[in-house]
This record gives sequence, structure tokens and C-alpha cells, in this order.
Amino acid sequence: MRLIANRLFLIFSTLAALIGLFFLGWILFTLCAKGLAGLSLQVFTHDLIEGGLRNVIVGQIIMSGVATVIGIPVGILAGVYLQEYGGDSKLTEFIRDLSDVMMSAPSIVVGTFVYAIVVIPTGHTSGWAGVLALFILMVPIIVRTTDDMLKLVPVELREAGIAIGASKYHVTMNIVIRYAKAGILTGILLAFARVVGETAPLLYTSGSSEFWSTDLTGTFPSLTVSIYNLATMPDEEMVQLGWTGAFLLTAMVLVINLIGRYASNDKRR
Amino acid sequence: MELIFKKLSQLSAGLLFVILAATTLVLYWSAKPAIEAFGVGFLIETRWGVEEPLVAAGGQLESSDELTGSDSTDGGDDDFIDDEDDFIMDDEDASDDTTREVYGALVPIVGTIFSTLIAMLFSIPIAMGIAVFLAEIASSSIAKPVGVAIELLASIPSIIYGMWGLFYFGPFIASIFGGNTVSLLVAGLVLAIMVIPFMAALSRDAISTVPDMLKESAYAMGATKLEVIKDVVFPYAKAGIIGSIILSFGRAMGETMAVAFVIGGIYQFAGKVTDPTNSIPVVLANSFAESSGLSLSVLFYLALVLFILSFIVIGVAKFYFLRRK
Amino acid sequence: MSNMMEVQNLRFTYKGAAAPSLKGISLPIEKNKVTALIGPSGCGKSTLLRGMNRIHDLYPGHVYDGAIQLLNPDGESYTDILSLKKEAEMIRLRQRVGMIFQKPTPFPMTIYENIAYGLKLSGVKKRADIDEIVENSLRDAALWGEVKERLNHDARGLSGGQQQRLCIARAIALKPEVILFDEPTSALDPISTLAIEEMISVLRESYSICIVTHNMQQAARISDYTGFMYLGEMIEFDQTDNIFMKPSVKQTEDYISGRFG
Repeated sequence: MRLIANRLFLIFSTLAALIGLFFLGWILFTLCAKGLAGLSLQVFTHDLIEGGLRNVIVGQIIMSGVATVIGIPVGILAGVYLQEYGGDSKLTEFIRDLSDVMMSAPSIVVGTFVYAIVVIPTGHTSGWAGVLALFILMVPIIVRTTDDMLKLVPVELREAGIAIGASKYHVTMNIVIRYAKAGILTGILLAFARVVGETAPLLYTSGSSEFWSTDLTGTFPSLTVSIYNLATMPDEEMVQLGWTGAFLLTAMVLVINLIGRYASNDKRR
Repeated sequence: MELIFKKLSQLSAGLLFVILAATTLVLYWSAKPAIEAFGVGFLIETRWGVEEPLVAAGGQLESSDELTGSDSTDGGDDDFIDDEDDFIMDDEDASDDTTREVYGALVPIVGTIFSTLIAMLFSIPIAMGIAVFLAEIASSSIAKPVGVAIELLASIPSIIYGMWGLFYFGPFIASIFGGNTVSLLVAGLVLAIMVIPFMAALSRDAISTVPDMLKESAYAMGATKLEVIKDVVFPYAKAGIIGSIILSFGRAMGETMAVAFVIGGIYQFAGKVTDPTNSIPVVLANSFAESSGLSLSVLFYLALVLFILSFIVIGVAKFYFLRRK
Repeated sequence: MSNMMEVQNLRFTYKGAAAPSLKGISLPIEKNKVTALIGPSGCGKSTLLRGMNRIHDLYPGHVYDGAIQLLNPDGESYTDILSLKKEAEMIRLRQRVGMIFQKPTPFPMTIYENIAYGLKLSGVKKRADIDEIVENSLRDAALWGEVKERLNHDARGLSGGQQQRLCIARAIALKPEVILFDEPTSALDPISTLAIEEMISVLRESYSICIVTHNMQQAARISDYTGFMYLGEMIEFDQTDNIFMKPSVKQTEDYISGRFG
């Protein structure tokens, strides 16, 4: 009886794993089949208005990139504060909790917030609004990784630094952060991968444009928003372009993730 | 330099607080006209963008109560069309003092809750199966690559899940269960598939914190694998596993893009699970661009509700299960 | 033969390893005696012990060769436990050969449930029977007085020494024939260690015991027989007094006197 229950359980677990993997495999398969079918050089050399994706891919990367460039110092500094300056105070715990709350806030809510403080006052969607939304989504992720990674730095290392007469600032910058560099870098890459695939917070902050633009003060081309628009169009060709965009987006996210993994493994061993 | 650095890091940490506080306040301020107009009754009002005579405003709660009970609001389809009319006539409405528009959040709230529950119903057993399979059953030559694959899948943008749901999974489900290719059921299932890798990866991590020696000592007493997992592994990793479920719940609840494609986006209760309906994030995603005045304020009210809901979910998770030492 | 177990020319190779970790070990486990295994780390003493209830088999791919005979309940014939294949047989084997680990391993349940757990697995259903065995086991493990008021508390709230005695109580509740101790005191303080050692000398009355220890004094204090292992081989096996007083092999003498290891 016990053995039969055990056998059934093992079969169920394996089956559950197979079912889960089947659906995930199905998604990847469709994505590759549909995405590759529409992949051509034209996708990279033409803007959306001419049937390509050049402007929206570049636009998505610019917005995520700018958000990352602003998010890195803020996120790392806040993480440094939590580990190096905050100590075990209630305030530190509170900020840690806040950061976790922000990390799990629905991204669409961040979008509404930015809409209210940027888009309504300025009267139009803009790249900066998109950047701000992505920045808000990104910072708590970087804070969390920095916090976790700095925690792994041995106390002795800090003490040794102080003992040879280095200031707290020098110890933090030259010893602690350097020690945790690989982990933080991975965290940043994963955070970038996370925001580059975001759609909801961009829908009405950056909007999306069919034309080439590098001017963040105006409506900005976005790959994800364009995928959403294309996929819901009646025109077959548009839908096909949407799939190609989806494929490229996923490929980009997965590659960044793999690089992030590789970076952290490489340094640890 | 020393001092500047310290101040900067304090400032950055403070910024987190500022952003969160600002989000709450701004949402509240923007929602204020709607909150004043509809009060808490907004949460149980089923109509969306329907005009009613102002005289009847006092009896509004009463009339909404009647509607709450029934799924088949015959005006459902009309609502949908009305919505666009309202938008065009917005200015007229404002000058017209004898009628006002009524907005209620019950349909999207119910849709959000049910799609999330369906997602949990299916994702929990499968994700646990995967987690157990990876941590306890598969040999490491299988568990390693599959584990990495699961983690990578957890990072796929949600819009991909939505798109796949619209073109492949929705029709597939409709061919089995009948009904629409976009429905509450499809939305719930797509959400389930979306959170499975996330939940499985987190649970797997929790399960692998169980010391080998503890498991061995259960085997050494003659326990089977099932018994070891049920009596030792799960109880030991309980906090982490429940934490992963709550986080997944929060993720499914606040998810926009995976649902936007497949839930239908109409203001109507789903009488059957195969009927289309709506969810809070989807209402937000679809209606912002074409709203202004009161109808815009209503959306902020809705966003505030979602924000508070997610706040509660993460609060529960943090309070009970995710205390980091 | 009054041997409870007999390891015969055992060779054991870990999965994927080029060379065997045990190179033809032979060893008797005499009935109602304490047999200690000593040797420097990596000598294979734990590997040997973990073969004796086949806990190695949780991780497939290891290779056994030779035989480990276990006395059948009839008291005459022997069964080679390496010939067991069915899961039910393995479960039965582990109930007959109990094991205590390097660190206390209280299950995430109450003190009472920890002890009752093995009983429930082996099919004891009556509450009264379970209650009785739980109490007796805790008494035998010299823990009853300390925990009788809080049987329904989580076992993880006990001190390290108490937890280890709980694990022993848990093992003897199943009335095994052999108990394997894998460095049971390596995570404990001296006082708790002493308590465990005393208990082992009492347990000898009813059980056959094999203990792996890194602590030579411990082996000298509590065991009847001692085996000295080095690099996967049994260098010398004899009565404990002989091993410590007049070892016949040079290597044993060097190890005992602290010249290497």
C-alpha cells in the first residue's frame, strides 16, 4: 500500500513536470516557428512604418538602457546603505520591506503612477515617461541583489580594511563592492532583462511610435508595445511582424539571462 | 567624499520611500473625484460607464445590489458599445446636470480574483511536481539542465504568454471545452502556465535547503520517498514554499499582458468559465488612452484598488513567511 | 556464530569514481557488542557504515561487490543484504538496522511525533501501543524526564544533546537489531558527548552496535572491538584493548600514538 502510494506519487510528480515542460516547450516552439518565419534583414534595416522593427528595437533598448544607467547608482547606493550604514535598525528593515513591496507591485500600477505625474502634466506620452516607469521597476531589483550580495562579503574583510586605516568609503568602494562585483553585475543584467520585456508600464507612458526617434521628450518607439499593437491587428502581415518581434524580444531576454548566469558562475569558481 | 558618499546612499534609500509614498498619494489624489462620486460602493457596483438620472443617485446602492447577484447582465454588450459613445459625448455629459455616469469595479475585481484562483488551482500542483521532480527525483544530469531551463522560462516576458494564449492556447481550450477562444478559463490557464516556472524555481530552492542528513535519517527509518517528502521535506521547507505560492499569487493578480490578450475585456461577469470577462490590470491597459475627467479618475481608483490588493498580498507573505534574517 | 552482521570482502565504488573506496573489507559485528571503526578522514569508515543499511542506495549508481550478511530473526541463517532489490525489502532492512547521524536530525514535527513516526510507518496503529513505546524509548534514551511535560512541542526546540538523544530514542523505538552510529557526538559539547557514550554502553545490552568515530579515546572508552581503517582497507581488527595496548601492525600503532592522521 505504502509502496503503491509512493509509486503513484513519483509518477505524478514526473508527469506534472512533463506537463509543465510540455506547455513551456510548446510556447518556445511556436515562438521560434512563427518568429523565424518572418525574420529577414529587412526587419533590422527598416522602421515599423516601412514594415521593419529597427526603430522599436532600438527604442526599447534606449529606454531600458537609460533606465538602467540611472538605476544602477541609485540601486547600488541604496543597497550599500542597507548593508553598510543602516545596521540592524528598524529603519533599515522598513526600507528593505518597502523595496520588496515595490518589487512585487503590479507593473501596470507603476504605469498609472507615471501617467499621472508625467503624461498628464506634459500632455503627451514621452520616452522619459517610459524611462521613469522602467526605472521605478528596476531600482528595487538592484537594491535587493546588492543587499544580498554585500551580505555575503565576510565581516573580516571589512574589518581588515578598516584595520589598515582605510576609510569606510574606501572599504566599501574598493573592497566590499569589488568582492561582490560579479553578483551585482548579474543582478543588474537580470534587472535589465526584466525591464526590457515590460509592456504594461509603457503602454501609455512612452506609447509607441512607428517612426525612428531618439528624442526621449516625445512619444517613443517601443518594441513590446508595438508587439501588442501588431498582434491585435486584423492584418496577417502585421501579426507576422508581431511574432517576429516577440521572437527577437525573447531571444534578447534569454541571451542576457544566460550572460548574467555565466558572469556569476565565472567569478565564483 | 566620505560624507557625500554616505549622504548619497542615504538619499537613494530614502528615494525608495519617496517613490512608494508618492505612488500611493498620487493614485489617491487622482482617484479622489471618483472616490467622492462613488465611495466604497464602487467596489460592489457592477455597471461601468452607464448613465443614470441624477435623481436616482441616492438609490444607486440599492439598485446595484440587485444586479450584483445576477451574472447575466443583459446590458453587458450594450455597455461595451456605450463605452465608446460615452467617450465621445463626455463633454456633453459634463454640462448635462440631469444624468451622470456610474462606474463600478465589481466585474474586473471578480475577474481578477477568479482568474488568479484558476491560475493557482492549476499551477500549484504542477509547480510542486516540477520542484519535487527537480530536487528529489531526477538525477543531477537531468535536474541541472531542466532547472536552468525552468529559470530561463521564468524570465520570458509576459506578453509572449499572452500572444501564445491568443493564437494557440485559446483556440485549443475552446476546442476542448467549447465557448470562446478568449475567456476567464483561458486567462486563468495562461496565467497558470506563466507562473509555473517562477513558482517551481522558488519552491525548488526552498526544498533544496533541506539537509541531506535529515532526509537520510528518515530513509534510515524505513520511509519511502513519498513519506520523506510529505513528512520531512515539505514541513521543513514550508515557509519557503508557501512564500513562493503567495508571490506567484501576487504576480498573477497584477499581471497585465498575459491576460490582456485572452480575457476578452468586456464588462460582464463570466456566467461560465468559458465566457469572456475583465480584470483590473486589463481595464487599466485598455482604457487609459481614451479616458478623461471622471472616467479617468475612475481608472486611478481602480489602480489604487489593485495597488492595495498587491500590497496586502506581499504584506502577508513578508509578515508570515519571508522574514529574512 | 554469534555475529549479528558479517561484512565479507566488501568492495565499494562511488558513482563515476575510478578506484574503489572500500577495497575488500571484512568485519564481524558481534551480537550485543560495540564495534568501533577508527581511522583518518577519508579512510572509508563512514562509507562502510553507510553500506550496512544501504543508505548509499538513495543515490543510484554506486557499485557494491562482496557480501554483507545479516542474521535472520531465526537466529541461525543469514541473508546477504546486498542481494536485496525490492523497495519493500530495503525498507524492512532499514527498520532492522537503525542509524544515527553526525548531527542531530529532528524531523520538523513534535517530540512525540518524531518517535511515533517510525512506528506509524511500520504499521503500528493503536494509540496506546504507540504511547507506551514512545515513553519507553524516551526512558531508554534518558530523555523522558526532560521532555515528558512538552511532548507536543516542536522537537527543534531541544538542545543539541537532547536532539541527538531524541534521534536515538527514535531509532530504538523501532526495535532494530543493529544500530549504526556515524560520528554521533561530533557536533556536541563534552557533557552531551558523555551522556551519549553512557547511553551507548547501556544500549549494548539489547542491541548490536557499530560506531564510526574520529575520536580515539571515545573508541577506547566504549567499544569492545575496534577496527582501524586506512585508505579503504581494514588494517587491523581486534578487541579494543589489544588495538590500543598492543597493536600488531605498525600503522595502527602510529595512528593510535598520534604519529599520523
